[in-house]
Amino acid sequence: MIVARDLGRDFGSKRVLRGLDFDVARGGFLVVTGPNGSGKSTLLSLCAGLLVPTRGELLVEAERGEIGYVAHESLVYRELTALENLDLYGRLYRVPERRERIGMLLERFGLWEARRQRVGSFSRGMAQRLALCRALLHEPELLLLDEPYSGLDRDASELVDGVLTEAAGNKTVVVATHDPQRVRSFATEALALA
Amino acid sequence: MTYLADVVALARKDLLLELRSRDTLPAMLLFVVSTLVVFHFALPSDAGDTAATGLLWVALLFTALLGLVRAFVAEREERVLDGLVLAPCDRSAIWLGKGIGVFAFLLAAELVAVPAYALFFQPVGWELVAAVLLADVGLAAVGTLLAAMASAGRARELLLPLLFLPLVIPIVVGGVGASVTDDPGRYLAFLGLYDAVFAILSWASFEYVVTE
Repeated sequence: MIVARDLGRDFGSKRVLRGLDFDVARGGFLVVTGPNGSGKSTLLSLCAGLLVPTRGELLVEAERGEIGYVAHESLVYRELTALENLDLYGRLYRVPERRERIGMLLERFGLWEARRQRVGSFSRGMAQRLALCRALLHEPELLLLDEPYSGLDRDASELVDGVLTEAAGNKTVVVATHDPQRVRSFATEALALA
Repeated sequence: MTYLADVVALARKDLLLELRSRDTLPAMLLFVVSTLVVFHFALPSDAGDTAATGLLWVALLFTALLGLVRAFVAEREERVLDGLVLAPCDRSAIWLGKGIGVFAFLLAAELVAVPAYALFFQPVGWELVAAVLLADVGLAAVGTLLAAMASAGRARELLLPLLFLPLVIPIVVGGVGASVTDDPGRYLAFLGLYDAVFAILSWASFEYVVTE
């Protein structure tokens, strides 16, 4: 599903990624590790199609609407409520039975009570849970998760474990993390960036 | 129909955001009214009506610029534009939805600015109102595209005026021309042509602006 050959990405004169080669089969689970600034987030942005490679090739067999992307930022409007944000994304992603799906995700991620609160008033953990709801809303084929456990307490982290358990083998997943032990049991491939 | 539904959802979202945050419209209203007040006192009493008309267009142009600088602030925060760009909808719907929002803010600012102009300077004719409406379409179309382009850079507050002002000079020419001549039809047609050409160009090129 994802094929990278001699993949490289520069930002100006700074070479962030160089000479990456990897394959992730459909249903595969790639864990990307590396220190801060090693290019994990850049690699996920490349896989999402938000950036283009400076060198090499990257083939991702997924259309735009088939990608679920969790970034460092939540990708939601701070002045809208959780419900309004998910409703907007649900419309744009053509989610069938949108309201039911949104309700189910908000319940699952413990945000139902806070559904009418503006996202700007959310804690970091709540915003991350909402970002996960947004990424899962359209039941994507390819999940790109950049530090999905970031800001989450133990209960919420277990929710992410549940999501990854469901996704493993059914969806193609790329996870960038500082904590590879946590996702080791799901991994089919590993990539360590220097 | 799906395309229109996307545009409506995106435009509605912009109006809702403004209703909540009140970041843009109050600033535009304050700016345009205070600018007209300053012009009222700065313009010599024997300057004539033509000069006052020119000043109205200057005030409207910079008011539009003020609104456009803030047009993509909500999308820049939390990288929301990336989320929209990843959606399977036509990316030009993002431009059109945002453009409708910008047009609505311009219209609201002018609902105050034009009567204020009539109060401070001279009565307003139908040709000026028609010119302002046509100008709004062009300002919103070009401005939304350029605001998206500028929002990706760090020097966005500098970049947007540098890109925007040269491109909207034809709007000033058409607007002032329609407001002061005895034959406004020619200038109104010119504004309509500008709107059509630049709206199509902006609509078609937005996809390339929001992707690398």
